[in-house]
Amino acid sequence: MSPLLLFIAATLRISVPYTFAAVGASLSERGGVINIGLEGMMLNGALAYTLGAYASGDPWIGLACAVLAGTLTALVHAGVTIGLGADQITSGLGINLLALGLTKFVLLQVFHSSSNSSRVVGLPDLPLAGIEHLPALGPVLAQPMVLLAVLLTLGAQWLMFRSVFGLRLRVMGERPEAGAALGLSVVWYRTRGVLLSGAMAGLAGAWLASEQHSFTDGMTGGRGYIAIAAMIVGKWSPLGAAAACLLFGAAEAMQITLQGSAFPNELLQMLPYLVTMLALAGFIGRAVAPRAIGVPYDPEHHA
Amino acid sequence: MSAAPGVAQAPVAGAASRRGAAAWITLGAPLAAVTLALGVGAVFILAIGEHPLEIYALMLRESLGTGYGIGQTLFKATPLMFTGLAVALGFRAGLFNIGVEGQLYLGGFAAALAGIAMSGAPAFLLLPAALAAAALAGGVWGAIPGVLKARFGAHEVINTIMLNFIAVAMVSYAGHSLFEHATVRTAEIAPAAALPRLDILWPALRGSPANFSLLVAGILAVAVGVLLFRTRLGYELRAVGLNAPAAEYGGVSIGRTQVVAMTLSGAVAGLGGVNFVLGYKHWFELGFSGGSGYLGIAVALLGRNHPVGVLIAALFFGALSYGGLVINQRVPRELVEVLQALVILLTIGAQQVFERIARKHG
Repeated sequence: MSPLLLFIAATLRISVPYTFAAVGASLSERGGVINIGLEGMMLNGALAYTLGAYASGDPWIGLACAVLAGTLTALVHAGVTIGLGADQITSGLGINLLALGLTKFVLLQVFHSSSNSSRVVGLPDLPLAGIEHLPALGPVLAQPMVLLAVLLTLGAQWLMFRSVFGLRLRVMGERPEAGAALGLSVVWYRTRGVLLSGAMAGLAGAWLASEQHSFTDGMTGGRGYIAIAAMIVGKWSPLGAAAACLLFGAAEAMQITLQGSAFPNELLQMLPYLVTMLALAGFIGRAVAPRAIGVPYDPEHHA
Repeated sequence: MSAAPGVAQAPVAGAASRRGAAAWITLGAPLAAVTLALGVGAVFILAIGEHPLEIYALMLRESLGTGYGIGQTLFKATPLMFTGLAVALGFRAGLFNIGVEGQLYLGGFAAALAGIAMSGAPAFLLLPAALAAAALAGGVWGAIPGVLKARFGAHEVINTIMLNFIAVAMVSYAGHSLFEHATVRTAEIAPAAALPRLDILWPALRGSPANFSLLVAGILAVAVGVLLFRTRLGYELRAVGLNAPAAEYGGVSIGRTQVVAMTLSGAVAGLGGVNFVLGYKHWFELGFSGGSGYLGIAVALLGRNHPVGVLIAALFFGALSYGGLVINQRVPRELVEVLQALVILLTIGAQQVFERIARKHG
């Protein structure tokens, strides 16, 4: 099999969880809520997939549990930041620490191990029109989550830039006082953005657990932060975020390809982080955050 | 961007009731948060069939009831004092330094390198050099996002997160040639670079790893307090944090102040690395920082960005950390991680609730 095809296949596989999380994050952040808590939402999603699949033996129930867990975790973030108006970055960090501790606690109670769960079923292939027979790429493209990632990216792009909901969501991220003046609920729009982000982070977690057929302690390994970075490099748009995820995925796939060669792996490891810093500083186009991002909406200040 | 969290609103001059309300929020919110967190923790303990009060009493007794326990608590609290002070310094200037984790990590690495490389140097030079190396490495790592913020308006939160990951990758890369064969640690530092254990001053702590880093943290807490509240630089720093446009109108350079604040914050965090490297193991080890940077954010929040508050909050978190190890036979020590995270979420939540109440009745 050609090494190039294998490299592309690895890139796609690695990009899937980043794409779910980053595309979701764009919905939260365009509404004005920073979501550093992606990592924790993914981790809870991964554990929920494992628990659901373990209890029922059905991977689809696992997937549903993951989406639910991601959404519920996002609800905590929404409650603290939108409901109470507390700082979004701190809340996100708190959620990440909470998920890290909580998942280990549950892991110990259910599987009596502090490091990993029992083996669970993974999501089955979806062999459409014999796609799985394609060389190298087949096994990746036949995974339903890959198709879902593509569909959700396109769907989110449409939602954000072509739908009434998307227009109003973006208003809440740019000038919430204008949205409120139109009689729209800032709280409700922002909350939906955050919950959608949590649901998609849950999908990302489900993919990780399904791929590995188990949950391991801290298995997201910083992927939530990379997803945030990808969303920034993608300039807060779903399509841009997905493209950045492919780029970051390619950097990671390259590490695997070059493993054992003289090329220092750590330099490739740094690549996504350096690219993000350059993008933020304006060296790779200008990455400008929504105007009202991070600012709790306080009607009294705009009255 | 919004002002950094936990920065108390300046009381309006002359409005005594407002000032009273501010004090009420300052003390009330953290206490309410801790109480609520322990309450939620009690539910977890009940859920696995243990007695919450017994478990909490055990944690308290073991972490504060014996000399050895106090020593362990102090040892766990020490890096949190550094990182808490570092985060608080940033918050005061309106900056959110999430990079303390990476700054502490690099600080520890630099201290180890200095302690190894200069092993021929006389003792009175070696220890200060190792400490300076830690502060310098952390300071540089803090200055980078400061400059990027001041010069390009790049948000420090994302940059500091990125720099945390870059620090880990850099040290791993350097480790290929530096680490002892088939280990993830450096050689031992020269004995003269080591910080002595505290039990030479306070014999009751015998056997615990508490060391002179604690005194360094104490000195730094005083220094940070003096800097913030007794110097012109500290005044400018707080002015930028409270109202940057007004500070600029008053003649303060926002950019310069931000760079200085991030550099100092990074240096303080970098020094935190010496607790493990110079005071405990006497070598650098991959992953030694173990989240004490992120916990520093919780410590600063709970301590209301005041040096005294930070020291108290660090002791509380230190006691929790050691208490978690003690109860591990009966309740998984992960309970403590859950408690620490809950304290963060509940502190920022309670602060909002208290401020709302104060506004309504103010």
